[in-house]
Amino acid sequence: MKHASIALGGAPAARPRPVAAAPKPYRFPRFEIVTLDNGLRVIVAPVRTLPVVTAPLLVDAGASTEPAGRDGVANLTARGLLEGTLQRDGNALTEQFERLGASVFSGADWDTANAGVTVLREHVEPAIALLGELALAPSFPERDIARLRAERLADLLQMRTEPRGLADEMFARFVYDPFSRYARPEEGGSDTVATLTRDDVRRFYTERYRPRGSTFVLVGDVSVDEGVSIATRTFGGWDGVVSPTAPPADAPARRTRAAHLVRKADAPQSELRVGHIGLPRRHPDYFRVMVMNAVLGGLFSSRINLNLREAHAYTYGAFSGFAWRRGAGPFVVSTAVENDVTADAAREILLEIDRIRAAPISADELSLATSYLGGVFPIKYETTDAIALALAALAAYELPIDYFDTSRDAVRAVSTADVLDAAQRYLHPDALQVVVVGDASQIRAPLAAMALGPMLEYGADGVEISGD
Amino acid sequence: MRIPIESYRLSNGLVVTLSEDHRAPIVAVNLWYRVGSANERLGRTGFAHLFEHMLFQGSEHVQANEHFELIQRAGGTLNGSTWLDRTNYYETVPSNELALALWLEADRMGALLPAMTQQKLDTQRDVVKNERRWSMDNQPYGTWSERLPALTYPPTHPFHHSLIGSMEDLSAASLEDIAQFFSTFYRPDNAVLSIAGDFEPAQARALVEQHFGAIPRGASPVPPLADMTLPPRFGATHREVVPDTVMVPRLFLAFRAPVFGSDEYYAGSVLGAILGLGKSSRLQRVLVRQSEIASEATAFTFDLSQGADLLVIDATARPEVSSDALEAGVTQVVDAVRRDGVTGAEVERAIALIETAFVTSLQSAGERADKLSMFAAMFDDPRLLNEQTDRYRAVTVERVNAFARERLGTDNRAVLLYVPKHGEEGEPDEAEAASGAAR
Repeated sequence: MKHASIALGGAPAARPRPVAAAPKPYRFPRFEIVTLDNGLRVIVAPVRTLPVVTAPLLVDAGASTEPAGRDGVANLTARGLLEGTLQRDGNALTEQFERLGASVFSGADWDTANAGVTVLREHVEPAIALLGELALAPSFPERDIARLRAERLADLLQMRTEPRGLADEMFARFVYDPFSRYARPEEGGSDTVATLTRDDVRRFYTERYRPRGSTFVLVGDVSVDEGVSIATRTFGGWDGVVSPTAPPADAPARRTRAAHLVRKADAPQSELRVGHIGLPRRHPDYFRVMVMNAVLGGLFSSRINLNLREAHAYTYGAFSGFAWRRGAGPFVVSTAVENDVTADAAREILLEIDRIRAAPISADELSLATSYLGGVFPIKYETTDAIALALAALAAYELPIDYFDTSRDAVRAVSTADVLDAAQRYLHPDALQVVVVGDASQIRAPLAAMALGPMLEYGADGVEISGD
Repeated sequence: MRIPIESYRLSNGLVVTLSEDHRAPIVAVNLWYRVGSANERLGRTGFAHLFEHMLFQGSEHVQANEHFELIQRAGGTLNGSTWLDRTNYYETVPSNELALALWLEADRMGALLPAMTQQKLDTQRDVVKNERRWSMDNQPYGTWSERLPALTYPPTHPFHHSLIGSMEDLSAASLEDIAQFFSTFYRPDNAVLSIAGDFEPAQARALVEQHFGAIPRGASPVPPLADMTLPPRFGATHREVVPDTVMVPRLFLAFRAPVFGSDEYYAGSVLGAILGLGKSSRLQRVLVRQSEIASEATAFTFDLSQGADLLVIDATARPEVSSDALEAGVTQVVDAVRRDGVTGAEVERAIALIETAFVTSLQSAGERADKLSMFAAMFDDPRLLNEQTDRYRAVTVERVNAFARERLGTDNRAVLLYVPKHGEEGEPDEAEAASGAAR
């Protein structure tokens, strides 16, 4: 056997852990923001690592901007963009994109609708010309809108046997006041989706797909001048203004703790969701809350996962998170656990929430969270796709222009006292809703014995089952 | 699209590949061990994957879960994964932490066993059982990934059995199994180490030698797998109908396919993309858009480089569509391709999409490192990464049509059909009828 002895400074046999050299500097890719005459904001980030460009158009037409009773129209409209234009039908349109090798996407989340492409440099111009065509002159064929509606209804039907999606949806329903848009599925529930028509889609499109209030992002192998010129050529003739809407109400369904048991017969595991209403994205304590959550349950090495997975082996994984939206999205702890430890797992989650509110975290825990969140930046933004998403968030939440240059320092400035303060201020043990999707016959009694508050039971359709 | 690639071998047999790129201050470290579920012995299904979990439970100089903690503290990301024919471990870190990543990987390659305890094994066994429940037993259609290989590889073939493993076999795994598996497969001469991103080659080479150079090669050769060779076709249509807790039918239609890396593989891969990649693929156009039989339909390959690969069509029925109609619809698309062939435009579209996806994936240092490890581990030649685009571009209509004629016939189909179990909504009576038709 050959013994290599390149060991620096005569390292002892015990293989000491290497000490890192000083980190190299990193800056988020430079970008420029130009507003066209018609009000469209254009953000160009030249990232010339590989001959790839990602270019999404972002419109203020997310689910939270839908008219009352029209849940699902935002998603249907965004997806409908790919179904054809005044010049060509959906088949021809997607084929044109794909013959350029362009991967084309469209969809809507709570805050934004988007349509975009990722394409090799050599095909940028024709691909973005097609994108302009579908964004500015969609035809929304009757038949294809009906098909997309039917596909959404099929998804909803399938969710009744898919415990993860079902648990997320039920959690939102039990946490938010029924009048809040956040209480109902982002892509709409079957009651409203079934009634959506092509006219609803057209009307929503006409009202909300306008340049003033929208953003076009180009990231990749393209210069600022080129990007602006492509944007002007493509979207310069577009006109109109989209009116801002208020974010959804964040009133809770109930102010005190309760348990909600959704029946899934013979399930070998319980899907568990524990949480309450969280905070809006533009919150002054955003970074404190992010660090606090990283210690509580945001990482593999967080308290909740080390407790539930590594100490107790209740689960394959357990995590917590704040869903950041324009309005106050939920805070939720999510896990899937074996039936016979369902109540124990819920108890440990509640204990961890109490614990992080009771005493300061250790300096070690703080440094793990802040050095991860700060250090992972260059890895998080390796691809044109990830950078485009980050710039889309910058636009959607109107974050400061130097946000990506200052946020690492903002994370590193958070102290253990800040974390304790954030935990005490923004985690509300008495308001937690404990939602379990599982085999009621096995888990009902142990959950009831925990005395979490009122315990309610539901079918897989979310309809309460009384007197049982 | 070419990236710089260097490759060499340490005296203990460890293959090292390097790909330098200074555009971001990060570096990816990736290890492929040539061991997967195929190497498991009888009665120990799931062991390769359970073992992967144990590699995060510490080693001589690393505490349990400290690997995760140290990498995350460094601002890095990490994980591992197990497949039929390989297991990989990887981290991407800020480039000043390259030594840490190498030190951690070397410690568990060289000195895992001192850290293994019965309690850690018991815990990870339960974690993996919960992973099985989560990904398979409590998910609609979740068992497809173990049923399809079982249906398409003969019972004695190394790819036949379950990757995640049976609950019984997971229960039976012992510390002695850990020790034996470790000394048999986790050794430098059965591994590839790849480093991609921001590093100085001379320094990286020195660090690799420093951390891995003294790890001894295996005492005896890695035991060969049972003969993996299979005829090019199944010889019949295999069939399994699974009544499950699902609301709508879903069909997996698989074809035995040439191994990953062969010339024929690329024709098959292009055919798969013609059938099921992108919104204007055949399955999307015909089944989702036109006849509205399916709500989703895709195609993919397993990318196995030994024995035989699988080309798989995956289609989910619309709620009002019976499983018979779904199967008939997919079969018609396949028959039409086989009978009438594909067009030049379809081949061009498929290659263009594959190429964009490939180039886009190379933006990530972790992806570059993983692909280098793959080509080095499977073909002893990481430079094949730079030939992928050309190999796809060389595929012609004639080669795709020849593939379709040879491989898509009724003598080479495996039908795995999930139907709603009696009592579910949707099609209450269909399950019984369908079960009756099963072989």
